[in-house]
Amino acid sequence: MVMRAIDRKVLRDLWHLRGQVLAIGMVVAAGIAALIMSLSTLEALDETTAAYYERYRFGDVFAWVKRAPESVEQRIAAVPGVRTVQARVSRFATVDIEGFAEPVMGQFVSVPAERQPVLNQLVLRSGRLPGEGAEDEVILNEPFAEAHNLASGEQIVAVINGHRRELRIVGTALSPEFVYALGPGALMPDDRRFGILWMSHESLAAAYDLKGAFNSVSLGLERGANTAQVLQQLDRILEPYGGVGAIAREDQLSNWFVMNEMEQLRTMSMILPTIFLVISAFLTNMVLGRLVATERGQIGLMKAFGYSSSEVGLHYAKFVIGIVFVGSVIGIVAGTWLGRMNTQMYADLFRFPILLYRPSTTAIAIAVSVSLASALLGSVGAVRRAARLPPAQAMNPPAPTVFHRMRAWNTRAARWLDQGSRIIVRNILRSPTRSTMTMLGVAAAVGLLVLAMQWNDSLNYLGQSYFFHAQHQDATIGLAEPQSDTIVRDFEHLPGVLAVEPMRIVSADLSVGPVTHRGSLTGLKSDAWLQPIFDDATARVVPVPPDGLVLGTVLADKLGVSIGDRVWLEILEGRRPEVALPVVGLVETYIAMPAFINIDALNRMLKERPSAEYVNLLIDSRHEAEFYARLKELPMVSAVMLRQAAIDSFYNTIVEHIMVFITLFSSLACALGFGVAYNSARIALSERGRELATLRVLGFSRGEISYILLGETGLLITIALPFGCLLGRGLSELMAASFNTELFRIPLKIEPSTYGLAVIIALAATLISALIVRHRLDHLDIVEVLKTRE
Amino acid sequence: MITTLTARDLTKIYRTGEVEVHALRGANLDLYEGELVVILGPSGSGKSTLLNIIGGLDTPTSGSVRFRDHQLTGADESELTRFRRDHVGFVFQFYNLIPSLTAEENVALVTEIAKRPLDPAKALGIVGLDKRLHHFPAQLSGGEQQRVAIARAIAKQPEILLCDEPTGALDSETGILVLEAIDQVNRELGTTTAVITHNTVIGSMADRVLHVADGVIASIEENAVRRAAAELAW
Repeated sequence: MVMRAIDRKVLRDLWHLRGQVLAIGMVVAAGIAALIMSLSTLEALDETTAAYYERYRFGDVFAWVKRAPESVEQRIAAVPGVRTVQARVSRFATVDIEGFAEPVMGQFVSVPAERQPVLNQLVLRSGRLPGEGAEDEVILNEPFAEAHNLASGEQIVAVINGHRRELRIVGTALSPEFVYALGPGALMPDDRRFGILWMSHESLAAAYDLKGAFNSVSLGLERGANTAQVLQQLDRILEPYGGVGAIAREDQLSNWFVMNEMEQLRTMSMILPTIFLVISAFLTNMVLGRLVATERGQIGLMKAFGYSSSEVGLHYAKFVIGIVFVGSVIGIVAGTWLGRMNTQMYADLFRFPILLYRPSTTAIAIAVSVSLASALLGSVGAVRRAARLPPAQAMNPPAPTVFHRMRAWNTRAARWLDQGSRIIVRNILRSPTRSTMTMLGVAAAVGLLVLAMQWNDSLNYLGQSYFFHAQHQDATIGLAEPQSDTIVRDFEHLPGVLAVEPMRIVSADLSVGPVTHRGSLTGLKSDAWLQPIFDDATARVVPVPPDGLVLGTVLADKLGVSIGDRVWLEILEGRRPEVALPVVGLVETYIAMPAFINIDALNRMLKERPSAEYVNLLIDSRHEAEFYARLKELPMVSAVMLRQAAIDSFYNTIVEHIMVFITLFSSLACALGFGVAYNSARIALSERGRELATLRVLGFSRGEISYILLGETGLLITIALPFGCLLGRGLSELMAASFNTELFRIPLKIEPSTYGLAVIIALAATLISALIVRHRLDHLDIVEVLKTRE
Repeated sequence: MITTLTARDLTKIYRTGEVEVHALRGANLDLYEGELVVILGPSGSGKSTLLNIIGGLDTPTSGSVRFRDHQLTGADESELTRFRRDHVGFVFQFYNLIPSLTAEENVALVTEIAKRPLDPAKALGIVGLDKRLHHFPAQLSGGEQQRVAIARAIAKQPEILLCDEPTGALDSETGILVLEAIDQVNRELGTTTAVITHNTVIGSMADRVLHVADGVIASIEENAVRRAAAELAW
């Protein structure tokens, strides 16, 4: 079938206006790409995690005991809802790696010899499982092995139960249980200083005097099993053996962090792209409205030939669909690609052995229909306005706008304005809607840039607060058992140690009414200063009260308590005391949900002599090496956390990682800003072409008419910039408020340089578009413009 | 003589900004079937407004327009659209071609919605442009563009052809070529034709000349003999 002339016009117009089509397409694409990227990443990670957990039988329940005989396994298996039981040995120990000065922590986990465990199976990446009767064979988790360049066949040394043992590496593996391999007390994975080591059950049990017994258990539940009841019964069974409280999968450390990360991503994926899509839709709507308005003459002409308003409307709808189509194609391709990149990055971070990625069809459907609807809406208004006019009137240029001499013009101040500037100012004032729209467009782009870039500021601020204001120790040492506080003196005698501060952390259930939070209680000395209670709201250290609890505000909100209320505590260690304590202080923290208590009060509550299981140390860096060497020999050390290492990994993983995401959004915001700036200038050119040509005829130079056209855009944009910054702040507040997981809160912090950068980017985009338009202006055919009306 | 179109007591008041313009002040007009009428008048006399109203491009403030047995005054938007689509062809001073369509496609734009159209190529042949079918407006001279506009106007075989200053943007030589095309269409197809101009010379090619002044038809003169367009000179 031969294409109708009117449809050919659509294609030719699209081609003729390709610069603008592409620029609007970029705006559309930015919104679409943002949503597709985010939702695709999210869906892919959800599916990948689920598939990984399923395929490698990630446990549903986890529990730890001091020592339980193997016979207890039968009783656990008999609990209704339990399908499989995996009893094992799991302990922390220091590992000595040749050429690495600092102590390294290892979590040793037992697996059956020569076969996969029933739950929490290993994804063997190289080598094989430990052999039957081979007491020194060990499998390392892959990232740990890679961080130290260790391969099968090599040897490492570990201090297991106080004995130095040489172990032979037989393989490397990943596990759904340790997606996020976190050392005790650590917030970020640090593959150089913490590793998972799997050994055969027999040899590990023998090493820890747990023959015929276990100290860790994982359960697989039947579909539809009541997890809460299983946990309760498991706690009851394990209590006599020193159980410290069973947890469900959602509270399992690695999974909790993975889910938290996903939650952050979900928040970002919902809010950032939504803001993007809304703004891009608004801009598309605005730009197309103006573009179609410049077609007024042609609309009148088509009507003069006898095309009805709806036929004309359909014609422009096709034109708009063409533009949105171009934008959608770019957006879908870019979004899919960015999403894959983003997903791959997460998959690398989590070391998923599998990756299920496909572009989110939901995202594509939502993004394209929102863009299309807003674009059509924008053009329908303009078409209707033009089509409503009698064709005779539509074909004539719009009646001159009513210009008044305002009283202000008579003032002395106005007198030095030259005619060109007067034209600019009057034009802006006399078309307030158009001026406002241009300003809104630029403000929106600047706002998005600020929103995207302030993440860097917020995370830096968070890092500063957490690592530099709230912590002053160089190292935190975890002890295998709570030790009498004379341990402080032992550490003081180690080389290079300048100060020692004891700390105790116990697992506890905190409840108020029906709300229970399974967390921990941190006991601090009343004069703690290496790791004090730090309030992020006031940026001050809060003294440790002699009695009562100081809660993080997020925890207090979860429990619904404020100062003066009582919280019911069940300590899950030692004599397992239960007691009600008043809340005596609240502090805001950006990370985690802490509960602080005076260490003396905690020990009294546990009916134990003054003791500690952590010490915070201040170390003289000149004696660091000696200190580490001695530390490796101490048998009671079960965990070593170095502040500098934590800082490094914070910046290397979290920040770097979020920054990639943010860079993607910033580039989309730039694309959007450029699209708006270019279109504003181009449309202004077609709206004002005749007027400018007339001025040229009257003897104005190219520079002077450029000043009039671009000066108007420039002035509007200058006025819009501060509003853009304000909008950015508002959007960031919105984002910070909704970005609120149990692990992280994002402080609202925008550095002046961020505003500056956003403004510079917006100005650069404007300048580039202005240069392009200036180029066209220089080639304006004066006579032609005056003669014909397009 | 059969009356194709009758207009009575037309007034039109424009408001542009704060100014009120009385473009028509009670104009009366008849167009007879097959005739060629030239409407003469200085600029601002209201002749374009008159043409726009009888062509259904605009509505009068008061008065009535009847096309054959259709009352145009009071007709709604869709009736006016139908009137323009089925019965009227327009030629404008500035050609008003769609720049993104070729000559043939500009004509096709109209024939595709017409009831009994000519073939676009044939319509262009009538105005002597059968060699320029695939040229875009930018590749045509002013006179050629205006002849495309005439081809576009006649391709639907309208009952009325309305031309608003068709030679206004052209030099006299080219203008005469355009007038020849209009004359030819009027003679060969019998299309009732009204040509607006302020060029009195053009009046001599008409059956009748209507003089417009101050928003009314001031006088009507009939030419005993229509001069051929080629004989005109200004």
